This record gives sequence, C-alpha cells and structure tokens, in this order.
Amino acid sequence: MITKRIIPCLDVKDGRVVKGVNFKDLNDVSSPVELGKYYSSCSADELVFYDITASSDGRKLFADILKEVAANIFIPLTVGGGINTLDDFDRVLKCGADKVSVNSGAIKNPDLIGEAAKKYGDQCVVLSVDVKRVDGQFRVFAKGGREDTGMEALSWIERCVKAGAGEVVVNSIDTDGVKKGFDIELLKLVCERVNVPVIASGGAGGAEDFVELFKEIPDIDAGLAASIFHFGEVKISDLKKILNENNINARMIQNV
Amino acid sequence: MIAIIDYGVGNLFSLVSSLRAIGVEAEITSDVDTIKKADKLILPGVGAFGDAIKKLRDSGLDIVIKQEVKNGKSLMGICLGMQMLFDKSFEYGEYEGLGLISGEVVELKGDIPENLKIPHIGWNALKFENESPIFKYINEGDFVYFVHSYHAVNCEDNLIATAEYGRNVTAAVQSGNVYGCQFHPEKSGDIGLKILKAFCETE
Repeated sequence: MITKRIIPCLDVKDGRVVKGVNFKDLNDVSSPVELGKYYSSCSADELVFYDITASSDGRKLFADILKEVAANIFIPLTVGGGINTLDDFDRVLKCGADKVSVNSGAIKNPDLIGEAAKKYGDQCVVLSVDVKRVDGQFRVFAKGGREDTGMEALSWIERCVKAGAGEVVVNSIDTDGVKKGFDIELLKLVCERVNVPVIASGGAGGAEDFVELFKEIPDIDAGLAASIFHFGEVKISDLKKILNENNINARMIQNV
Repeated sequence: MIAIIDYGVGNLFSLVSSLRAIGVEAEITSDVDTIKKADKLILPGVGAFGDAIKKLRDSGLDIVIKQEVKNGKSLMGICLGMQMLFDKSFEYGEYEGLGLISGEVVELKGDIPENLKIPHIGWNALKFENESPIFKYINEGDFVYFVHSYHAVNCEDNLIATAEYGRNVTAAVQSGNVYGCQFHPEKSGDIGLKILKAFCETE
C-alpha cells in the first residue's frame, strides 16, 4: 500500500530560508541544506522549495543553493516560485529538482503546463493553485493570493490536469494561517474531479488536522505545511506515528 | 568506479550524488572504454520507452552493455532503465528491449483497480519474493519511492520484490549479474542508499 505523504515547504530568499525557523538542534536555522538534511532525517516524504526572490542575483543564488540541497537530500525535491517558461523548468531541473511547481506562470500562459508535460513528462509538472471563496464560488487567485483572477477553481484544476499536470497542490487561502484544519470541503471536491495525486495545503495547526484530512478524504495523497513543522509544533516523526496509530498508512524510518 | 550510462535521457545528477554519499566513485559516461573499465554499470532512464531504447541503440551502447554483462559485469537498471532490460515493451507501440531478463512491460491502466491513480507515485513497501544480494542491508517492509505508469509482467522467474498497488507490482528483478529496480533508489532516502551500496558490493 502506498503511504500518505507529509511534505514540509520552505520559502527561500537570496539563498536563505525565510519566515523564521526555530530548531534548537540546528546551528544554522536558515540554511536550506541544513534544513533539508534535518527534514530528510525525520522522515519527511518530499521537500518543496519556493524561490521567493525577485532579483536575478537572488535567482543565481537560488540555483547554487538548490544544487547543494539536491546533492545532499535523497528524497524527491519539488521546486516552485517564478516558473513562467520552459527555460525556467530547465533551469531548476538542471540543478537537481525532480518536480517543478507552477502557479501564476500557468495563469499567465495556459499552454505552459502542456508544453512542459510533453517535454519532461506529467510526473514532473505540479500545478499549484491558491483558492478562495468569493460570492459562494471557489476562485483562483494569482500573485501569491493577492489577485482574484475571476476563474472558477475546480474547472481550472481539471483543465490543467487534462493538459498534463501530474499532481495538484491545493492551497486554501480561507484556511491558510488559521491553524484550524485543512479545507475539507474544497479538497473533497478537487479529489472528486481529478484522478492525479492531490496535495492539501493551508490550515494545519496540529497532528489531529492531518488525521482528519486523511480520514475525511481517503483519496487525498499528501499534506503540506510550513510553519508548524519549522517551529517544531509538529515533529514529522511524531506525526507519522500518530497517523499509523489511526490506521493511516505513513512511512516510518528507523533511528528517529 | 561505477559507470552511469549516458545516452541522452534523464537527469543523472541525483544518482551521482547518491553514489558519492556512500563513498563510491561514479562517472556519467557514453565512452566505450570507460564502460569497459568500470567495475559495474548502471542504466538509468526516464521518459518513454521507444525514444529511450532508440537512443541507446543509436549510440551502439546496447551492444557494449550486453557484452559487458556476458563478461560477468554487474548491471543495474533503474525505472525505465529496468524496463529496458526486458524482452519487450508495449508503451505507445511495441518495442524490443535488451532481452537480458525475460518478461514484458505493459500499462498499469487496466491491470489495477480503476479507483487507483496512475502514475503509481509515492512511497510503497517492498515485499520480498526471492533472496537477492542487493537486499542485504534492508528489511522486508522498507519503503522506497516509485513513479511509473507501466510495469513489468511475466517475469516471475526473476522477481525479487513486489509492491502492493491494487495488485503485486514488479518492484525489483534479478537474473544473475543483472539487476533492475522499478523504484528510484537515489530518491528513496537511506533505504535506497543501502540498496545502491549492496549493489556496489556484488561480485
């Protein structure tokens, strides 16, 4: 049986992890390499790195750091942030990324997903979508959740999967940061609509929220979170134990 | 030295890093002399079967690999590299493989229950079907990382591990000095590194 995946997400700016990370056992809490190794050793199933740099110098630093992370982490690595063209795919894949996550880039150029899937395979292309309820409708938001595109989210997701997106990360703006659980209503609808892996994001406050997610939506594949892992509120190895105790299949590793 | 055979497909970066992490020297190469000098060979691969086997044949490396295997050198195929070891594949057509292990590669679709997602993607547990030196540092039930939409069938004689995904899916095979992993050892954390280490230590 395939396991449910737990995925920590790291925001990187100018080669450093930002948003404050709080680990006592790490010397350099903003080193992507150190954090990558830490998460990998405590049974994270995958890592996501978002490049939130705006400058081209920052991009170069990100490429260097990505190479170093990839050389030290032997679990799948997804990279997102500023992916607008096939050259951007090429740039991060050459640095050792396994999958590439596209968000605003796909909204600006709806052909991007299809072209990338054709060139690199569906399994390489991850659609990331920010969703918020507006007037009783699920809407796609762009630019880091600041801009309402007016597009209905479920049909947008379906369209991107048809074009070749091999996985979908659904981030609910309504539940993000509230720490009261994932957006079960939205995620259920997405899982009913597409037959590729769906990754839940936004709203996790504790281990019980992951238990609820996987119990309520047996079809969901993974849960993604950032700050609760970074601040040690939830330790991934403990979370895996709790999932297994609740009969949710999760990958445990020895020596943790 | 391990030669990672480069025939123009795939990202070989993490494979080299994995081998380096276990202290093994590796070279990405398409050079015949380097392949002949190597202690062991790894045949990687991503993408579609037809395209990959054509590139391998066009480079003439298929003949070199077969000769080296005949001379007793160990070979490991990974993911599509494993699929190419078989007689045939039915991915978007019908293609002849290297024929180093008997069996064929067919779509997962139709062979597993409809509610299961394709590709088979994520961490799955290994079930041992036969003893193999590449498992000497790991245990049954250990998790490895899979990403594939096609699988090998009719290879029971050489099956060494399966993973449960609506059925027993071929996870690893061995025929003498030829090994194949459907999963990605270079993406399977410590367990994957242990499999690579055991392969590097085979006679």
